[in-house]
Amino acid sequence: MNELLELFSFAFFRNALLAAFLSSIIAGIVGSYIVARRNVFISSGITHASFGGMGIAYYLGFPPFLGAGIFAVLSALGIEWSSSKAGIREDSSIAILWSLGMAIGILFVFLTPGYTPNLMGFLFGDILTVKMTDLIWLAATAVVCILLISLYYQAIVTVAFDTDFAKVSGLPVQTIKYISAALVSIAIVLSIKVMGIILVLSLFTIPAAAANLFAKNLNKVMIGAVLISVIGSMSGLLIAYFLDIPSGATIIFTLTVLFVILKIIKLIR
Amino acid sequence: MEPLIQLDNIRAAYDKNVVLNQVNLTVHANDFIGIIGPNGGGKTTLLKIILNLIQPLSGRIIKSDSVNIGYLPQVNTIDKQFPVTIKDVILSGRFATDKWWKRANKEQLNRVDELLEFIGLDRSHNVPIGELSGGQMQRVFLCRALISKPNLLILDEPNTYVDKTFEANLYNLLGELNEQMAILLVSHDVGTISSMVKTIACVNGGLHYHPSNKITNEILQSYNCPIELVSHGHVPHRVLKHHDHE
Repeated sequence: MNELLELFSFAFFRNALLAAFLSSIIAGIVGSYIVARRNVFISSGITHASFGGMGIAYYLGFPPFLGAGIFAVLSALGIEWSSSKAGIREDSSIAILWSLGMAIGILFVFLTPGYTPNLMGFLFGDILTVKMTDLIWLAATAVVCILLISLYYQAIVTVAFDTDFAKVSGLPVQTIKYISAALVSIAIVLSIKVMGIILVLSLFTIPAAAANLFAKNLNKVMIGAVLISVIGSMSGLLIAYFLDIPSGATIIFTLTVLFVILKIIKLIR
Repeated sequence: MEPLIQLDNIRAAYDKNVVLNQVNLTVHANDFIGIIGPNGGGKTTLLKIILNLIQPLSGRIIKSDSVNIGYLPQVNTIDKQFPVTIKDVILSGRFATDKWWKRANKEQLNRVDELLEFIGLDRSHNVPIGELSGGQMQRVFLCRALISKPNLLILDEPNTYVDKTFEANLYNLLGELNEQMAILLVSHDVGTISSMVKTIACVNGGLHYHPSNKITNEILQSYNCPIELVSHGHVPHRVLKHHDHE
């Protein structure tokens, strides 16, 4: 217990916990939306494509997450545009952007002279080096997510549930889709700091899938996913610290264990 | 009286195949038009043009300012596992008249209660749509189309999943609704349509308008392909083979 209290006296650990907490709020809300719309594959493509932006930013000496964010938003809009306007099949355009982004990233990391210390951090997460600016970005995004979903819940659900019907109703479907695509990619890129490119999407999908077992309405799925995500990521972070193992991977294990427990409860109920 | 919708010499293509040519159609208040035609004949394309979901290659669509469309899509296009309750599905129909930032008001919430009672699903507000049968789901989507009090109701194959007991109710209901609104009903089921509608439009590349609900030989001729006729009688199916040429 003393050890735990001592741990909280470290700023880096408090920051890490706060980052996990804020990412969980974002991932719970955005992830439920992605899962409900069956957009998990798109989101995975966006995540990996963002590595291209990271590599270029590294090479040019810009903040890597800025590059990743720009790449993520552009590829999200690119996928939305290429499948609705250019007539390219959606899964094909996702796969192209996915591998192209990774290729660009690998190329520019290779071209960057010297050692790239944070490469592993990008791939697997680097939660113990979270800075105040990261926390401010995470908090701002969490607030935007909460505001949008609580103010415009019904319009968002109408568009997500039945796009054609929403168009017939005269809702600004394309605008809502572009805004949500941009927000989804920003949310994912910010969470990369916590989970890493390879693991981040599980933070968005496992809690939403678990909440889906019990909740019947998207708003309740979101609330449930946020709770599961917070519990899973905080406990994962503590376990990772005490066992001295990678936090991103540990969080996935704790989330999966929570999912399995909930699934069993659902089955025996 | 000003027509609600007027299609003027519409030509439309789907994936570069011209599926509609020289189509003219006028919908007035209190019309009840049945649109029939073979699969691939352009029924869905025609509907999408009226609903503004696709643009025609040429021709004009004139809509009255007063037109308020209630739309019932084919239920099989819906994701049944989407986490959404009956109440929220029905409420989503209000955006036909509400702006996107508006929240549901008391009157609309009351109307949800009325509609649910009307279709025999009262106190099912919080049931997720995934737990409904095809017929129940279709009724819920009908409520969604009705919540904004439309003056034109567009139904795409409304009798696909409806169970036999509700089918008769549905037709009575549409008859009642027709006193307040125009109805445009798409169906491949010629037998059903002819008993309900006031006029029939056959869509097969072109559009042939018949100012009565009698299925005549002439109508069947305009189909130009084999059709299936489902009758209401004790005989479940009668299949009339027609000539195969285009």
